Amino acid sequence: MSKVLLLQGNQAVVEGAIAAGVKFFAGYPITPSTEVAESLAEKLPQVGGKFIQMEDEIASMGAIIGASLTGKKVMTATSGPGFSLKQELIGYACAAEIPLVIVNVQRVGPSTGQPTSPSQGDIMQARWGTHGDHWLIALTPASVPECFELTLRAYALSEKYRVPVILLMDEVIGHMREKIELPEDYSDFPQAERKQPDCAPEDFKAYATDESLVPAMPAFGSGYRWHVTGLVHDETGFPKGTPAATLAAANRQRAKLENNLDDIVQVENYRMEDADFAVVAFGGGARTAYETVDMARKEGLKVGLVRPVTIWPFAEKQMQELACRVKGILVHELNCGQYVHEVERAVNGKVPVSLYAKYDNEPATPAQLLEEVKKAMAAL
Amino acid sequence: MKQEFRLSGTGGQGLILAGIILAEAALLDGKLAIQSQSYGPEARGGASKSEVIISEEAIHFPKVTKPGVLLAMSQDACDKYSHDLDKDSVMITDSLFVSKVPDFGGKVYELPITHSAREELGKVLFANIIALGALVKLTGVVSAESLEKAVLNRVPKGTEDKNRKALEIGMNLIKD
Repeated sequence: MSKVLLLQGNQAVVEGAIAAGVKFFAGYPITPSTEVAESLAEKLPQVGGKFIQMEDEIASMGAIIGASLTGKKVMTATSGPGFSLKQELIGYACAAEIPLVIVNVQRVGPSTGQPTSPSQGDIMQARWGTHGDHWLIALTPASVPECFELTLRAYALSEKYRVPVILLMDEVIGHMREKIELPEDYSDFPQAERKQPDCAPEDFKAYATDESLVPAMPAFGSGYRWHVTGLVHDETGFPKGTPAATLAAANRQRAKLENNLDDIVQVENYRMEDADFAVVAFGGGARTAYETVDMARKEGLKVGLVRPVTIWPFAEKQMQELACRVKGILVHELNCGQYVHEVERAVNGKVPVSLYAKYDNEPATPAQLLEEVKKAMAAL
Repeated sequence: MKQEFRLSGTGGQGLILAGIILAEAALLDGKLAIQSQSYGPEARGGASKSEVIISEEAIHFPKVTKPGVLLAMSQDACDKYSHDLDKDSVMITDSLFVSKVPDFGGKVYELPITHSAREELGKVLFANIIALGALVKLTGVVSAESLEKAVLNRVPKGTEDKNRKALEIGMNLIKD
């Protein structure tokens, strides 16, 4: 049995979280992400979960890290200024390899910016917001049903690779309401599981790994004792500052994701079969682009859309392949130009890459984007 | 066929809810719908708009670009959100709040929406439902049954009769 609903993107994230088995949320409400907290405050107690409104965003991150260590699936949600505050502990979660999901519904920044207006200005912050070399995953939904699906996927990836996953949304998708069909109950949904140790507690080494490079993670309270730290540590989990230990930690944390890019990186192609020009857009910007592509096709222009669903790790291989198939690429994003630099790097001059940056509080209309596509095509 | 609606007024008049109800009525009719909104950081006051697109086919871009109907329930909203109307657009205004109507070449219905809510139902907060009744009677975009069902799904228990009455008042504001 399923039900047809008109839901906001933010509410679909909540449904996805409940379906994924989330049992703990800590956060501090902020527009345009507030509906995630509001709705989880109502729904988590109904499934035996806990909701805590913390004193701020830093404490919220600390609370979900702690709850994740007890074996729960955890979430926090925020926007712009709150995402900045969370950065320090996002680094801690990367270093200690704590599975968790952070929802960031982007708004216009910097600082307080424009709380109710759409932006995609946190693309680079999602990747490089915390200090030091680190590796994580960021996913960007472009529809309400996809908010549900990608929330489930965020937990699957986070638990599998022991890595923070950022659900990088924008106001267009977070606040828009559209049709979604959901099952009446989620009891049949497969639940992502953490790898558990196969040794006795006294033999357990917290960060020892097999060929997957992902260490087992027993829950606190299960009898397995281990030390958690943001300091560089060896496989015992205790700090070790040698060059060899530092190199080994960085290389393993990078390789556990980079060895699995085919599993992690998803890109959607729309009307790309015979396209000789590609628009690259994601999230709210992709909603404009789908319609622009349809309009261009009606005028006989062979334009298609390439939509990165996984924003980080970057879709390097897909963009390199794209550069071999088309004569030009236009990147459209709701900021002054961030993702475009990654595309340029991957394309490496093979075909012209141009940018349609929109950063005036409003998403581009399909007609505006079509005009930019035509300009870029004329310049080829 | 894609039909685009912009419901605008002042924050607190219930126009975001009206947009949600209209979109849900469309789903009940088996169509597709997208609702989106735009508002300032204020909790009350400030021009606000709620946009609804209804279609039989997939709707990609969620914002209204060719408004078929603009509902304006404040002068501010009328001034701010009427810039892209053309001769094929229709404007519905709340005559209590909107006195200056721009000449965009299309039809205008100046209706006593809030006035009727106060006089006939004793509360101005029914104005959004009255406006929906008028809008649906005028356009036929959703069936009257689905509209009533969608309204009753969303309003507080105990107010069903008054909301049914509000829909009827709204529909009666449009003469056959």
